[in-house]
Amino acid sequence: MVKITFDGIEVEVEEGTTILNAARKIGGEVVPPAMCYYTPLKGSGGKCRACLVKVAAGSVKDPRPMPKLVASCITPVQDGMVVENTTNPDVLAARKGVVEMLLINHPLDCPICDQAGECDLQNFAYEHGTSGTRYEEERRTFDKIDIGPLIQLHMTRCILCYRCVYTADQITEKRVHGVLGRGDAAEIGTYIENVIDNEFSGNVIDVCPVGALTDKTFRFKNRVWFTKPLDAHRDCPKCSGKVVLWMRGNDVLRVTGRKDQYGEVQEFICNECRFDHKDPQDWTIEGPRHIDQRSVIATNHYELPVLNVPVVPNLPGSTEEDLKSTPFNLGRQV
Amino acid sequence: MGRKLLTEHINVEGIETFDVYRKHGGYASVEKALKTMTPEEVVEEVKTSGLRGRGGAGFPTGMKWSFLAKPEGKPRYLVCNADESEPGTFKDRYLMEKLPHLLVEGMITSSYALGCRTSYIYIRGELMYILRILEKAIAEAYANGFLGENILGSGYSLDLHVHPGGGAYICGEETALLESLEGKRGNPRNKPPFPAVWGLYGSPTVVNNVESIATVPWIVNNTAAEYAKIGVGRSTGTKLISAGGNINKPGVYEIEMGITVEEFIYSEEYCGGIWKGRDMKAVIAGGSSVPILPKDLILKTAAGEDRLMTYESLSDGGFATGTMLGSGGFFVMDDQTCIVRHTWTLARFYHHESCGQCSPCREGTGWLEKVLHRIEYGHGHMHDIDLLVSVAKQIEGNTICPLGDAAAWPVAAAVRHFREEFEWHVKHPEQATSPGAVFNKNASVLA
Repeated sequence: MVKITFDGIEVEVEEGTTILNAARKIGGEVVPPAMCYYTPLKGSGGKCRACLVKVAAGSVKDPRPMPKLVASCITPVQDGMVVENTTNPDVLAARKGVVEMLLINHPLDCPICDQAGECDLQNFAYEHGTSGTRYEEERRTFDKIDIGPLIQLHMTRCILCYRCVYTADQITEKRVHGVLGRGDAAEIGTYIENVIDNEFSGNVIDVCPVGALTDKTFRFKNRVWFTKPLDAHRDCPKCSGKVVLWMRGNDVLRVTGRKDQYGEVQEFICNECRFDHKDPQDWTIEGPRHIDQRSVIATNHYELPVLNVPVVPNLPGSTEEDLKSTPFNLGRQV
Repeated sequence: MGRKLLTEHINVEGIETFDVYRKHGGYASVEKALKTMTPEEVVEEVKTSGLRGRGGAGFPTGMKWSFLAKPEGKPRYLVCNADESEPGTFKDRYLMEKLPHLLVEGMITSSYALGCRTSYIYIRGELMYILRILEKAIAEAYANGFLGENILGSGYSLDLHVHPGGGAYICGEETALLESLEGKRGNPRNKPPFPAVWGLYGSPTVVNNVESIATVPWIVNNTAAEYAKIGVGRSTGTKLISAGGNINKPGVYEIEMGITVEEFIYSEEYCGGIWKGRDMKAVIAGGSSVPILPKDLILKTAAGEDRLMTYESLSDGGFATGTMLGSGGFFVMDDQTCIVRHTWTLARFYHHESCGQCSPCREGTGWLEKVLHRIEYGHGHMHDIDLLVSVAKQIEGNTICPLGDAAAWPVAAAVRHFREEFEWHVKHPEQATSPGAVFNKNASVLA
């Protein structure tokens, strides 16, 4: 175990832990934002530069500060390391700069974007950006590419975090898409227009931090903050079958993987669970999904919703007591 | 005449062939190293010589070699970075074209020192004709027992390959080069781990510039002490400088470290003065990514001392009044050069060459280019000048690899030293956009 000081708070973590994960151990406001890093995806991180922090002291052995800001998601901690995040003006300035860079070509079409309300960039910009822009030039746009009936690729919104590429590379056998081109002309694509159709392709939607990859079966059907997220599962031979159902009344509008408080999926799910089972009867409902992310979905929209779907007690990992003790007063039927 | 260590025999007819090269003392360092020295002794010699990496960063080569991890059961690799693509720098190309065996000899001696069984020369894709020259030289070295199994009966074996890249500037960055060599997209890797620990195919790897490797034979043959006698302070030995721009004699020159910048520009031995007898306006001393300096600051330091062609002297004063020796791409601009247009050209290059992995570089380089384009074409505002500085600052130091710095420094330095010219472009759009019009500080308006 090694000790580091993060924004004046001392924390003990296992050797090899990254600065970001050490901060996540503390939790709360001190955790640096991360747009490209994604724990389940090996090799992710280091690209968006949103999580830059100042290492004011390298370690007990070598207490010299690191000359440049470092990406906290890929930098391992050293014993005695002193890290400044919210307490360092250079970090805050750099972060503001990263927001500005990410937004100069990202269309502010949140009012019509399916990702609005659960968009990492929206949250990042709200928390760290400025209200105005200094960018006067024409914004970059891309031609639309059809990648099949299930996933909508809207390249103009892409911030090139590479998460979907890692996902396709690491959890599917046949990768058909990647990054083409260079610089700000780089794009996610299939080279020759192709359908992304393997059994786990839908996970690229879940990992996308912005609205570049959205669910065609949910597209324009509702705003996420009007829906009710419920934990549910089914017996699935391909994946764990543990999902979140996004419901409006008795309709399942969308199915996604379950995400933790940092927006990272806990288990990847298959396309059959995601796209083919939109009947509530297909699922065993476990209870309401607690959304910990700081976004509009988690803000004052769960008071007294009425659920008419059956909630089965004594499910694995979920007891009736758990259900009663949820912060949401659900009108459930047992 | 300064001493020539690398280019002594460059004009000998047929020096690109094995026989002629051998007659002129070629491959002596391989014989000496393999027969009389241990690998550690060769590393020590390079360390003692004070040789610094000639690719641009100037990191001590011997020290870089000594960082190489030596785990049992894992191969180690030496990769020669011949992806010379910094605008204004063309010395490695010249060296490889004229003296291919010098690089091959350097690769063998260096590989022996580092304990490599396989080494690579990664060459820029545009230089296919040089690739063929190198392949011929390598074939000759194999045929004469200097490559392959049991070289000169020493028990040491080495295979050497030349590998062409696709011609992307970013592949000159060492980790992007390794990715490209592995057959992947040439994106820089996050560091750490550094290549000395996790390099090519996950094995410990040293990546060295062509000129650095080509210098090793001389050091081994003539001793580190002799090498260290040349130069000034920590800038030892000689340096190849590729001089271009508005000078009378553009070309590649081998200089002894420590001659003055003034001598290099104005002496007949080197650049021969400014083209058409014009006045000098500015110089980029180490390839297009280093800060530009105006005439008064390139010739003298801020303290009024003669500026020398050394790492230390050129960087004297930091970025406020100094620059860098970098890769030695020495670019001279006369008083007819439009700094705004020149800076826009560089920004266009770096925008085009950004790999697009990290946000500040991907988005910022394009932004810089567009603002500069606006100013150059008479549509700029006064606040655009500060915007350039601000955007450059947002990129600098915040990217995965040094391409971000390379894109930001020229812009920031141009505004720092030639702000009046940027302001003139904004205030006088009609004049600034008229053909051939150039701001002249002394004439106040147009040259």
